[in-house]
Amino acid sequence: MQQTTDIITVEHLSHSFGDKAVLQDINLSIKKGEFVTILGPSGCGKTTLMRLIGGFLKAKEGKITIARQEMTQVPPHLRPVNTVFQRYALFPHLNVFENIAFGLKLKKLPKEVIQKKVKKVLKIVTMMDYEKRDVDSLSGGQQQRVAIARAIVNEPEVLLLDEPLAALDLKMRKDMQMEIKAMHKKLGISFLYVTHDQEEALTLSDRIVVMSDGKIQQIGSPTEIYNEPANSFVADFIGESNILNGVMLEDELVECAGLQFECVDKGFESNEQVDVVIRPEDIYIFDMSDAAQFSGVVTSSIFKGVHYEMMVTTHEGYEFMIQDYHCFDVGKTVGLKVKPFDIHVMKKERLCNTFDGTIVDKSHVKFLDNVFECPESANFTANTEVKVSVAFDEVTLFDSEDEGELKGVIRLILYKGNHYHLTVVVEGTDHIFVDTNDIWDDGDRIGISIAPKCIHVEPA
Amino acid sequence: MIKRILSSSYLGLLLVLLYAPILIIIIFSFTEAKVLGNWTGFSLKLYASIFQGGIHHSLSSALWNTLIIGLIAAFAATILGTMAAIGIHNLQPRSAQAIKMVNTIPILNPDIITAISLFLLFVSLGISQGYTTVILAHITFCTPYVVLSVLPRLRRMNTNLYEAALDLGATPFLAVRKVLIPELKPGMISGFILAFTLSIDDFVVTLFNIGNEGLETLSTYIYADARRGGLTPELRPLSAIIFMTVLILLLVINRRATKKKL
Amino acid sequence: MQNKMLSFLGRRRNWTIPYALFLAFFVLVPMTLIVYYAFTNPEGKFTIANIQKFWIHPEAMNTFIYSVVVALITTALCILIGYPAAYILSKMEARKAKLIVILFILPMWINFLIRTLATVALFDFFRIPLGEGALIFGMVYNFLPFMIYPIYNILQKTDPNLIEAAQDLGANPVQVFLKTELPLSIPGIISGILMVFMPVISTFAIAELLTINNIKLFGTTLQENIYNGTWNYGAALSLIMLLLIGLTALMNRDGNSKAAEEGNLI
Repeated sequence: MQQTTDIITVEHLSHSFGDKAVLQDINLSIKKGEFVTILGPSGCGKTTLMRLIGGFLKAKEGKITIARQEMTQVPPHLRPVNTVFQRYALFPHLNVFENIAFGLKLKKLPKEVIQKKVKKVLKIVTMMDYEKRDVDSLSGGQQQRVAIARAIVNEPEVLLLDEPLAALDLKMRKDMQMEIKAMHKKLGISFLYVTHDQEEALTLSDRIVVMSDGKIQQIGSPTEIYNEPANSFVADFIGESNILNGVMLEDELVECAGLQFECVDKGFESNEQVDVVIRPEDIYIFDMSDAAQFSGVVTSSIFKGVHYEMMVTTHEGYEFMIQDYHCFDVGKTVGLKVKPFDIHVMKKERLCNTFDGTIVDKSHVKFLDNVFECPESANFTANTEVKVSVAFDEVTLFDSEDEGELKGVIRLILYKGNHYHLTVVVEGTDHIFVDTNDIWDDGDRIGISIAPKCIHVEPA
Repeated sequence: MIKRILSSSYLGLLLVLLYAPILIIIIFSFTEAKVLGNWTGFSLKLYASIFQGGIHHSLSSALWNTLIIGLIAAFAATILGTMAAIGIHNLQPRSAQAIKMVNTIPILNPDIITAISLFLLFVSLGISQGYTTVILAHITFCTPYVVLSVLPRLRRMNTNLYEAALDLGATPFLAVRKVLIPELKPGMISGFILAFTLSIDDFVVTLFNIGNEGLETLSTYIYADARRGGLTPELRPLSAIIFMTVLILLLVINRRATKKKL
Repeated sequence: MQNKMLSFLGRRRNWTIPYALFLAFFVLVPMTLIVYYAFTNPEGKFTIANIQKFWIHPEAMNTFIYSVVVALITTALCILIGYPAAYILSKMEARKAKLIVILFILPMWINFLIRTLATVALFDFFRIPLGEGALIFGMVYNFLPFMIYPIYNILQKTDPNLIEAAQDLGANPVQVFLKTELPLSIPGIISGILMVFMPVISTFAIAELLTINNIKLFGTTLQENIYNGTWNYGAALSLIMLLLIGLTALMNRDGNSKAAEEGNLI
């Protein structure tokens, strides 16, 4: 059954540029007629994945099947897919008609057929009177339509769209989203859409593939992704959210932010450490009363058009983002409440940094291509392989790259209510996760140091 | 205001100085005197003799040689240079850098070094000098300029254009022919014109590689002429005609280019 | 087999290969030949006599130094005269400026020997004696456009916001020029120098014509040696010029290709 409806399958696909891995073991299938969006921040590998499917890159590992044919190494002009490029890539030396007819002419179709087909797609994209126009004379939105027309006129099995709306202004983007959605319904072919805009993904897609760091984080329908994020990355990336460290005390009872909350999640071990997600619109905020589950003081309040976005610091010292239609003034003490089914509990992906290392001598261990001093132990023998673990909050960061033992770049920042959880890329490949109270910016170049007493070494 | 008058007159003065010798050539093309600088009354005889085949046979063959060598060299340089530019644009940065560095050698080298090095190449290999060696030498110093005039267009081009053509079903060859070449055409044309200009204006490289079979180009002809003590009088109207043609051509191109932009 | 061939050619980076081979054969090999001939005697045996001869032989040495001085003066004059022109052009309306730049380049289309002969006629006309002064004038006249164009090009590309930023931060017009425009235009000056200095040293016809064979520049020495069949010595002299080029190129290491691009005349 699955065999017949999948139009694209991607199996164990990996790719790298030089020694930098950009995609790791991607598995994905797209059904006939489905609208699938690949969503992720810039540099997550989403465009690479799309270019592999389009054939503009040749996969180093893995298999791509399109319309039941293995196509991993097939050049782009022989693949039954067409692409709408970022910034459109319309041929400037050809007019609108010639651009759209480009693919058909290559297929050597008779003139009348080409005429008819071009006219038909121009109608679909509502650009009927523009045939003879120079593409440079068109507005961004019009160029976009021509780019789509040029792709769909070839009747591909799948239309690939690489951030097609990125160059348009907000209003135009919203209109085009609706048009693309309508076009998808009309054409009945599969769309594979790449974007970094989560709202766009939620609006358009049947299914969303969330990617980060070359890996798929979650695949699911927009509601699944929004309501049941698989991990803290997805929760943070899709919509606004409060993400906190928590401990699962027993089934349906979680402790976080210094409080105990009833929830609906089960199946965790008792006292298992977890991530807890609460959406800002799911926290009730009201004048202090007995109904309050917990309370706090409003520290900022910003009008966002429809709702107010407020930051509230609880008496336990945690910060929450809350969205509400009513405004509560800064400095006011407010009551807060969260319903059990609005609390989402997720397994933690990791509890501390772990690295593969080798012993150098009694008091030194090598990991991340660097030799670190560690607590002395007599039973270390040189060159044995070991597991090294370092707690998140025991990594020290410096402003200057030249300080510390390692250099790194801050990649991802997650606010956890009372501290930041940072993902730091070390020397371009490895990751260190760091808990800190200091404020850093995405992309900061930093020095990293780990104190000897914080390095825990265990036999592998 | 004063500033503007001053700056305009500065440019004006420079242009007058720059054009004074050319003006002299044009003025003295309308007189018959053998020696440049003698005025023997207005006459169109020199112009007439150009068009009636009255010019010295060796001058007309030098003119033809110059044009033919220029066209062949410019044509070959354009093809070779465009292909190279497309290749360089797709190389890894390090190899691209290496090729670009070697590419600038003929540009940075003074003519005479290029001339001597090629001379040594041809004599070491025992290749007799003549048409072929001159053309090869001209291709050598022309192609780098073609590469440099095509590369910026490649860089400015939307990187997805070529892929878009592949995506729409064009084979790599068709994608180059239908998309890349039309996109690069302006760069190729200016590269061609530049190459042609350099070729017909070249003297040193030609002199060293032309051999002694009696082959002459305009430059070597004039040089020999000048060493003998004078300039063939017909060169004056010839230069005037070439200059006016180019002037009018460039003005027309410039006019059209600005019009198109508006 | 045919398929393999096609996919090899289809990879666009392979299109560099013909030109790479061409460059190797017509640029790198000839350069190596200069070095080879410079260090061998006519029998092909290794020797440093050719280089030594240059140091000992006063005439060649003097010509070399004289040429460098002439080239320095010419380059300095070209900058002094050309920079203001380029600056004025860069402040003009773009369309007008472009036309004038074309006018500056246009004389290049007349064979430079004819132009030089016309200059000689001009000097005769005004009864200016031919000699050193005429030589320098002729050189400046010939190479000025090569200085104006790259400087104009870079000045005209200068982001006007930078100038406004300098004004905003309190710089007066002179300071704006000295602190922002001049430093930013240095790459243009350097490419101008590259296009004037070396060619002046190596020209020979111009010097002969403008000084009635009285002054010889280094280019003439080179040419004479090749013509008289003393290739090895000629190659040694070429090598010395090459070293000078290498030196100027080193001073402007990463600017080289850029400089050449800026110098693109069309």
